[in-house]
Amino acid sequence: MKNPIAGGAGRAAPVEVALPHSRASQRRTLTGLLENERFLALVLLTPTVLILGMFIAYPFGMGVWFALSSISVGNPGHFVGLKNFVKAWNDSIFRIAFWNTSVYTFWATIFKLVLGMWLALLLNRHFRGKRIVRASMLLPFIVPTVLSTFAWRWMFDPTFSVLNWTLYKTGFIVTKLPFLSNGDWALWCAIVVNTWRGMPFFAITLLAGLQTINTDLHEAASLDGANGWKRFWYVTWPLLKPVTVVVVVFSIIQTFSDFQLIYVLTGGGPANSTHLLATYAYQIGVAAGLLGEGAAISLCMLPVLFVVVWIQLRYLRRLEGA
Amino acid sequence: MVRKEMNRRQFVKITGTAAAVATTGVEGILAARRAPAYAQGTKLHIVRWVDFIPEADVELRRQAPEASKALGAEVTFEFINANDLQPRITAAIQSGSGADIIQMLWNWPQLYANSLVDVSDVAEPIGKAQGGYYEVFESSARVANRWLAVPHAVIGNAVAYRRSWFNEIGVKEFPKTWEDYREVGKKLKAKGKPIGQALGHSFGDPPTFAYPFLWDFGGAEVDTTGKKVAINSKGTIESVKFLQAFWKEACDEGGLAWDDTNNNRAFHAGEISATLNGASIYIVAKRQKDKIKDDKGEPLFQDIEHAALMPKGPAGQFALYGGQQHSIMKYSKNQKLAKDFLKWLHQDANYGKWFEVNEGYSVGATKKWEDNPMWAKVDKPLQVFRQAARLTRAFGHPGPASAKATEAYTKYVIVDMYAKAVQGTKAEDAVKWAETELKKIYEG
Repeated sequence: MKNPIAGGAGRAAPVEVALPHSRASQRRTLTGLLENERFLALVLLTPTVLILGMFIAYPFGMGVWFALSSISVGNPGHFVGLKNFVKAWNDSIFRIAFWNTSVYTFWATIFKLVLGMWLALLLNRHFRGKRIVRASMLLPFIVPTVLSTFAWRWMFDPTFSVLNWTLYKTGFIVTKLPFLSNGDWALWCAIVVNTWRGMPFFAITLLAGLQTINTDLHEAASLDGANGWKRFWYVTWPLLKPVTVVVVVFSIIQTFSDFQLIYVLTGGGPANSTHLLATYAYQIGVAAGLLGEGAAISLCMLPVLFVVVWIQLRYLRRLEGA
Repeated sequence: MVRKEMNRRQFVKITGTAAAVATTGVEGILAARRAPAYAQGTKLHIVRWVDFIPEADVELRRQAPEASKALGAEVTFEFINANDLQPRITAAIQSGSGADIIQMLWNWPQLYANSLVDVSDVAEPIGKAQGGYYEVFESSARVANRWLAVPHAVIGNAVAYRRSWFNEIGVKEFPKTWEDYREVGKKLKAKGKPIGQALGHSFGDPPTFAYPFLWDFGGAEVDTTGKKVAINSKGTIESVKFLQAFWKEACDEGGLAWDDTNNNRAFHAGEISATLNGASIYIVAKRQKDKIKDDKGEPLFQDIEHAALMPKGPAGQFALYGGQQHSIMKYSKNQKLAKDFLKWLHQDANYGKWFEVNEGYSVGATKKWEDNPMWAKVDKPLQVFRQAARLTRAFGHPGPASAKATEAYTKYVIVDMYAKAVQGTKAEDAVKWAETELKKIYEG
């Protein structure tokens, strides 16, 4: 006996059809809405906007408010206008920190760029064990900063420095080098550690850029009699410039706002000679509890970074235009 | 599920216990031999520093289950790096969440006064019953006649030095004046055994040296009112000039980059001949006598001597010891429990065990503990800490130990004045710099 199939083709029962029809209609409406580009954009962007709003815009807004108020730990404070910024500007330690931050960022970025480029060019060649070398090169970047900085701190230890011990035993020095106990030395030590840590990021990014350069260009230049330096200067460098600008922008942002490295290595000492803006803001805002003043110091990084990033991105756009 | 009926007798017994606890606090709990009725799962979170005497933290951890049982709530200790305590307090207060009780060093309760619970009802009976608190706590834990922290201990300092090395240069007893100490230090440094002193950015050793050193020469950050900056004085400039010479002639110049642990390690490794420190150098050397040895292979602790105070300066002989206390945070939902815990912690039986483990490194906050039988058992070099807490001054001396004084300490103004000078800044300029910084704090 042939069983009638409810809802079969051409025999749709009213009740059975009603619900699926409604769902289908809803689906059509939703699909229609999603077809609308404006609505789709809104749907896709909303989670990101919410997350950015919660974790970036809100803290930033709070930071700006703090900087304009007399808030301290446990006291809500009141609006004081630009008083905290004026106080910071008249503060000799702030000026030292600002100068240190600029020197630290400038030299560390230069060193990271030069050494990173050199490393990338070496790693772009074919040699045995290339993969292992590439992987191990990333170690300084992978190891948590606090951990690696502690290791450097032991190496620079005023009493037990392995570097001093080695130099002394090999006859290069007769008295200990004041790695961290002299303000100038300490800042350069911090630059060395930052370079060591950040160089792999440059190297690996530039290496990725190098691998996109067509080898035919190098071959053609060789045939035209260009030596290694000329091939680099006239072929490699112009093609790497966009990647370099991007990686330098990232590095400047990270280095200018660096905190962990100095906090672990010197704590800003001796006598504030290694304070960066971030560590000084932390000392004032968090340790001393003057949240408003700390926020103002911290916010002073923003215009500097904004100008630097703006110039570099403009340059990048011009490169792309060319 | 079986529901147990409660008869009249049981009801009276339980409500009676609860009433006793409510009215008599921890004494009531003990009298009733029953834990109070805190909601099930109630936790009490206490944050303290990682002690320089590891056994002291072990003892507190051991006591935690006992406290939990007595109070009927889960008591947990968290130990963090001392330099991280202030950031932790700031974050907790601003977010309104975190540990219920936080250890306060120095006179921090002044700085966080608005966010701390009045614990006068806990602190005063303890002080009264135990012979009174040391004077330093009046300024460090008491704000506007309210106790905002229960004093817990004082960490005394003394100059730990190598007896045999001092003997080798003909010095039989510790130098009495700074001039004498400088001469001794010169000879020791010439033999490759300098004096060690931390002068970096660290919470303990640099200020415990710099402040008394300043006072020894008649210098002070403010006047007696605590409102007028008085750092730019003849005494301060003299002290800075003296330290410039002392540092170069007698000290390990690496001290500028030392934190509070470096001098311990340098002393144990035989790199320095003397250093200002708590009792931890001696105690750790003794407890690890098989590992920490002198140049002859003998246990190092046998060669360690303690001078109770740093040498005397033209204006006298001063000390700055670390007062420690516990504060209950205003945001805590367990304030009553926290108070009960602090009462429990300060009971003789509980506090005494912790006190004895310290062997003089941390001494009692009240005078009663000077008479504890432990002092008859500890070694002679540790005896100097018995009454050490009587001597200490506080930040801001001779003015009040106000929140401004804490701010000056937190910014390392006095420490950095000396650190700048020993790095080559002219004494007058270093003092002028400190004056400018202090004026921003006190008069700004």
